[in-house]
Amino acid sequence: MKILYFSWLREKIGVPFEELEVQSENVHDLIKELIRTDQKYALAFEDIKSIRVAVDQKLIQNLNVSIKNVKEVAFFPPMTGG
Amino acid sequence: MNKKINNCFISVNIQKDDFDVNAEIKSIGIRKIIGGIANFIGVVRGSQKEKEELVSLELEHYPGMTEKAIMTICRDAQKRWAINFVKVIHRVGNLKTGDNIVLVITASAHRKESFKSAEFIMDFLKSRAPIWKKEHYKTHSSWVQSKEEDELSLKDW
Repeated sequence: MKILYFSWLREKIGVPFEELEVQSENVHDLIKELIRTDQKYALAFEDIKSIRVAVDQKLIQNLNVSIKNVKEVAFFPPMTGG
Repeated sequence: MNKKINNCFISVNIQKDDFDVNAEIKSIGIRKIIGGIANFIGVVRGSQKEKEELVSLELEHYPGMTEKAIMTICRDAQKRWAINFVKVIHRVGNLKTGDNIVLVITASAHRKESFKSAEFIMDFLKSRAPIWKKEHYKTHSSWVQSKEEDELSLKDW
């Protein structure tokens, strides 16, 4: 699965994206799984309320969304376009 | 990304280059049904603090998703108002004070639909399009924080 990071999340994780084999079945568990692997994820996901998530390029409202058969998951702060 | 839905032509572009507002308006062409064209141009605002000079504004986005997200917003606008033309151009990369950032053009038979739909598109674009701004000053850089009022303004629609 491709996991992408944008804005200050990308800076905290240190890469714009990574290809990972993950066990988790939903976004909530994926975040926990990442945090277990390295301290940098724990720091990046510290304030979970300030993080937005897109699953296959669609914004999700609920971290329980399934990631089975999903190609990419993206994490980023609230958007500031316009 | 272009789409034609129910007699409405929608075009969404994400680009580094600047845009020519007159050329974009002309691109609508002559169409009998159109009686009003609204356009909004967002530009880079300089620093509001006296001693800080904005060196550049960096815009990062999520290629692929940005186009889709803005297209969805335009389609939502097209469902609410009788509009015949929508064009959104959003720039990314490094910009300077006064540079164009975003262009929204809407055209319809009567003015109200154009005005309303352009405002609707801008309001949603602010907090639903995956774009992030970083301000670079001489001595430091910082990511622009989202404003609660932008999110709240969506509830009015």
